[in-house]
Amino acid sequence: MEIMQIVIIGIITAILAITVKKQSPDMAAIISIAGSVLIFVTILPMLSGVIGILSSIESQISIDTAYVVIVIKVIGVAYIAEFGAQICADAGETSLASKIEMSGKIIIMVLSAPIIVSMLDMILAILPS
Amino acid sequence: MDISIVFQIAAVGILVSVLNQVLVRAGREEQAMMTTLAGLIVVLFWIIRYISDLFNTVQTIFNL
Repeated sequence: MEIMQIVIIGIITAILAITVKKQSPDMAAIISIAGSVLIFVTILPMLSGVIGILSSIESQISIDTAYVVIVIKVIGVAYIAEFGAQICADAGETSLASKIEMSGKIIIMVLSAPIIVSMLDMILAILPS
Repeated sequence: MDISIVFQIAAVGILVSVLNQVLVRAGREEQAMMTTLAGLIVVLFWIIRYISDLFNTVQTIFNL
């Protein structure tokens, strides 16, 4: 099962990072980055399976295809922004991490602007003007 | 794309820090700094190539 693989990778990376941290903290940061990239890579196939299911559902229900594409993009942006922010926080750069998170939120807001606009139009159409 | 990349980086890290100690004891601080920097750059190149592979796969999956 993937979860065991991921936990083992995490434990090994953590131990290696600790052993190297005393002599060279920068190498320890790089080791933790490598570990998180590895975990991300092992979980991606399952995620792409979910994305496939999402897009197949979209064809049955008459949702506008643009919305589902936007939802998938937002998931991707959130995933990578969280990945980068955690790595910066791990390396001790908390201000960088919060900057990355903020820009991730802004990008998500920009991506979802069309959805908000069309939702407002729908609501206005329903309201008795 | 498996655990060996983490082991390689850890090995380079430990090797560089041992070399650093040896060179410092031998009285050559400059070479010690040089080897540390060299080890760091080698590892950085590995990790950047590794991260770019990851971002390419994410881009194809989420068609960002």
